[in-house]
Amino acid sequence: MTGPADGTARDPGLQPERTRLAWRRTTLACTVVAALAVRQAVRGPATPLHLSAVALTALLWLAFLRTAHHRIADLAAPRPPGLAPRSALGAALFTVALAGMAVALLV
Amino acid sequence: MIDFVKDVRLWFAPQRLRDEGGTPDYRFSLANERTFLAWIRTALALVGGGFAVDQFLPDLRWGVRVGMALALLAVGALCALRAVNHWVRCERAMRRGEDLPVSRFPVLLSLGVGLVAVAMVVVVLFGWTAPR
Repeated sequence: MTGPADGTARDPGLQPERTRLAWRRTTLACTVVAALAVRQAVRGPATPLHLSAVALTALLWLAFLRTAHHRIADLAAPRPPGLAPRSALGAALFTVALAGMAVALLV
Repeated sequence: MIDFVKDVRLWFAPQRLRDEGGTPDYRFSLANERTFLAWIRTALALVGGGFAVDQFLPDLRWGVRVGMALALLAVGALCALRAVNHWVRCERAMRRGEDLPVSRFPVLLSLGVGLVAVAMVVVVLFGWTAPR
């Protein structure tokens, strides 16, 4: 089997593709949670808390999307660099922020 | 505890992580990344479950409903933070050529999820719902 033109051997485990799809799945999961968060916020009265919750959810969702998008772009390289700790921390903190917002809306 | 503080400092310092040992085969790093993402999805599912309990189980008593939602949200947040920590520790172990860190978190999480499921069955069976 010959490698592609840039001289790198083909990765038979398709690791970058699998990682890209894992980011896609995670983005989908994040979208579902964001939709639930917006539903939670618009069920209540239109108070500043609920309106800012909708705005914050939109921001968090976009930030998550941006992280995933950058990572997917990085994975297109022949030898993808490792995940930056910043991106990992970001993805986790967006999740924690969604949970924190849910607590604020619940109580 | 001191080790944990060191781990947390690594979360914010990509350079310090890179200073440890040598760079492993990128495929191992990608596998570690996918494991991290799977944990993040688990965390997102728990947070989504917290929203869902509050939104789709209106017949439960307020205390039961909010208590379960808060428990799910707390475990979801914990799961997300622990995912970063475990990712950093695995990455460092691979760079140093050490054994991967072991963890009892998966066992605790599955026991917790099992307990919540049993609690839900009991709540539904005994009809501890709000009076209509």
